[in-house]
Amino acid sequence: MSETTVAISEREQFIATKGRRKNSLKCDADSIAGCVSQRACVYCGARVVLNPVTDAIHLVHGPVGCASYTWDIRGSLSSGSELYRNSFCTDLREQDIIFGGEKKLAKTIDELVAKHPAKLMFVYSTCIVGVIGDDLAAVCKAAALRNNLEVIPVESSGFIGNKSAGYRAACEALLKLIAPVDRAQAAASRTINYLGDFNLAGEAWIIRDYLAQMGVQINTVFTGDSTSATLKGAANASLNIVQCAGSMNYLAAQLQELYGIPYMQVSFLGIEDTAKSLRSIAAAMGGGAIRAKAEVLIRRETDRVLPYINKFREKFIGKKAAVYVGGGFKAISLIKQFREIGIEVVMIGTQTGRREEYDTIHELVAEGTVILDDANPAELERFMTSQGAHLLVGGVKERPLAYKLGLAFIDHNHDRKHPLSGYDGAVNFAQEVYSTLCSPVWKYTAGKGGG
Amino acid sequence: MENPCHMCMPMGGILALKGIEKSMVIVHGSQGCSTYMRRHIAEHFNEPVDVGSSSLNEKGTVYGGAANLRTALDNIRRVYQPKLVGVVTTCLAETIGEDVARIVKEYRQDNGIDMPIVAASTPGYGGSHNEGYWLTVRRIVETLATTTERHNKVNVIIPSMSPADIRELKRFLAAMGLDYTLCPDISDTMDQPYLPVYSKVPAGGTPVADLCRMSGAPATIELGVTIDGGVSPGKYLEDTFGVPLYRVPIPIGIENTDAFMAALESISGKKRPAAIELERGRLLDAMIDSHKYNFAGRAAIFGDPELVYAVTQACLENGIRPIVVTGDKNGNLSRLLPDNEMTSETIVLSDPDFNLVQERAGTGAANIAIGHSDGRFLTERDGIPLVRLGFPIHDRVGGQRLLSVGYTGTALFLDRITNTLLEDKYRDYRKNMFNKYFQQPKNERQRKGVAAL
Repeated sequence: MSETTVAISEREQFIATKGRRKNSLKCDADSIAGCVSQRACVYCGARVVLNPVTDAIHLVHGPVGCASYTWDIRGSLSSGSELYRNSFCTDLREQDIIFGGEKKLAKTIDELVAKHPAKLMFVYSTCIVGVIGDDLAAVCKAAALRNNLEVIPVESSGFIGNKSAGYRAACEALLKLIAPVDRAQAAASRTINYLGDFNLAGEAWIIRDYLAQMGVQINTVFTGDSTSATLKGAANASLNIVQCAGSMNYLAAQLQELYGIPYMQVSFLGIEDTAKSLRSIAAAMGGGAIRAKAEVLIRRETDRVLPYINKFREKFIGKKAAVYVGGGFKAISLIKQFREIGIEVVMIGTQTGRREEYDTIHELVAEGTVILDDANPAELERFMTSQGAHLLVGGVKERPLAYKLGLAFIDHNHDRKHPLSGYDGAVNFAQEVYSTLCSPVWKYTAGKGGG
Repeated sequence: MENPCHMCMPMGGILALKGIEKSMVIVHGSQGCSTYMRRHIAEHFNEPVDVGSSSLNEKGTVYGGAANLRTALDNIRRVYQPKLVGVVTTCLAETIGEDVARIVKEYRQDNGIDMPIVAASTPGYGGSHNEGYWLTVRRIVETLATTTERHNKVNVIIPSMSPADIRELKRFLAAMGLDYTLCPDISDTMDQPYLPVYSKVPAGGTPVADLCRMSGAPATIELGVTIDGGVSPGKYLEDTFGVPLYRVPIPIGIENTDAFMAALESISGKKRPAAIELERGRLLDAMIDSHKYNFAGRAAIFGDPELVYAVTQACLENGIRPIVVTGDKNGNLSRLLPDNEMTSETIVLSDPDFNLVQERAGTGAANIAIGHSDGRFLTERDGIPLVRLGFPIHDRVGGQRLLSVGYTGTALFLDRITNTLLEDKYRDYRKNMFNKYFQQPKNERQRKGVAAL
């Protein structure tokens, strides 16, 4: 039960119910003031995409808070440098706002480079940098020459859009880093770039291992466990595969245009999508022996994990899920992954989903499912309750809301400590659903989570 | 700056405003600020934390954000029906020169509303979350307290503390037969029970009516000795309404708790009940039980200055050497800390980054860290174990349940410290002794052997 929720009329266009009328969901718009949006900012979008570059100095040009809130925010793992796990900041103060922050930025860069040997630095702009008009590009260029390293400005002032604009800013920064190559050479390399995996809990390593078993080498990952050197050579790949579309589709499209590298969408969430993606990659890489190896891998892994998943599946009969995640592609994968374990999604929303993704979501979900863009806690509460959801998938901010409503909860956030990709990930997912949906704790509540 | 030690001003503003009954907060700025702060607060308290944003975009930044703020106020009122709204600003709003006080005043006039709106100017570049907290508490009091008849509710000005700590303070006040106004009071709002019916605006918090009447209180106890008079809410009440002010540290440690109890005794005119005297005795007993173990402690203490001050005092009275103390910008900490022979090694860092703390902890051979979750890097990188205290604690559960004040709370806190020191000692004890006394003589024998040849 919950209190009556007063809806905000401007929000109605961002909410749809499948089957009720022809769906035309509004999306990719600015959040409405006072709506307690779950979205973060442009800077955040850029930071989460670039931060996994392990041997780079990530310098926030702005006030302390922006650096503080994002210190080690991603659970990205590294096989080498740990430099990326620091939070460097120009710590702009009142005087800098009045007189400009360029000198402080130049000085900070010099000091950092002297202390931390690195080949690459990203300098992120924050809200006030955009307002006071520091010439980020010029300072970075001069500092690069002075210190003999690459200093790449990331134009991520918070107010210039939402998180998607930050993804774009990150991609622009990465494009500046990538060294041009001869197109023919790239096509002949027979390696791939894996875009949109940030190596949370080792996920990029899992996928790299699958591809290695198929005889396919990864050139670089964007950006999980990547280095300045591997990213620089990104144009040497013959194919780009994209997991997180929201953050990386733009980069993939640009790489196709600039270097003729074709790209394809993949998803390694759930056994169905994982198998489909491995087959598509094999086909794109020439089929034949690669395809045969892929089939061996798929068969072996499916046989290994299916008994676990089926066992969990039996426990989930009649359960309904609500999903509220960052990007549209993850939302789509989750609908399918829930089906694999016998759970229907009854409410689904994203922070930054795009038109075509919402169209796909609309096709996939059952009649009566509520679809919403840029939702707020009041709406999440209202629809989870009215749709009879037993569990919610979301991030840190949504977790306490689910628990207070007596619902189970699945973390799909940056700092989870278990992988959700590939076959191990599929088992982890089912197990996590089990651990929360079937917890004895719901015996003592109003009985919604355990149902 | 390498690895910040603190957060920004509006964060403190949100924390303060969350302790007011049926209040909502709007962060005037771009969307991300409120989201980041909500995430941190949600992780620490494990509670839903709804905070509005005026969602300033490019247009609002160029032409002024008044329209956005007004829309935000409309929407927040409609969905949450708050009794009070706090508006805190961000870097962005301050840089483009938003006059929030004026916008808010006009909004109230235009809409003919009685609901108070507290405006606090909290630019992110202007200071830390600690400064934002105190400034906002001051603004709350300035905005609401008006001349009123005298009554018997004692004002207690609360620094950033855990809900469990605030509940403990209430227990003391009740035990002394005192009626009170805690400002602010997050003990219920940020530590809600699970209930069959969920409420978007959690129950609890300081009643707005009580805030209005703080001016008629018999006294103010302010748990804030590190703040300047210009931001002290208690000083404002004293200067403006003549409410006598008692400034005491957070009651962590026996002396600080004694000081708090002495203030309560002085205001109530009553002696403390026997039950509390027994609690004090148990704390002393605990201090004796663990004093030799604690003597091995060399502590890096960091976090909000007020908490750091109290914790440092508690460490000193237990023989734990504070090696690094970090916190304030205004230098009050170093002036306040006693000139104790054990503090000869103490370094008070003002406005440091975490790297400096780490560096000093290393050179000072600190073997325990006391502070918020960012101290986990001291553990991860230098093997210094961390006793979590303060805000934010985002890598463990139960930040809201940590009890560290009063005689009983201090004993619990002390046990956490002592047991951490013991765990550290025992971890490598066998290996260390083996290396020191078994390997070494053997090596000496070998050396002797070589010499004899």
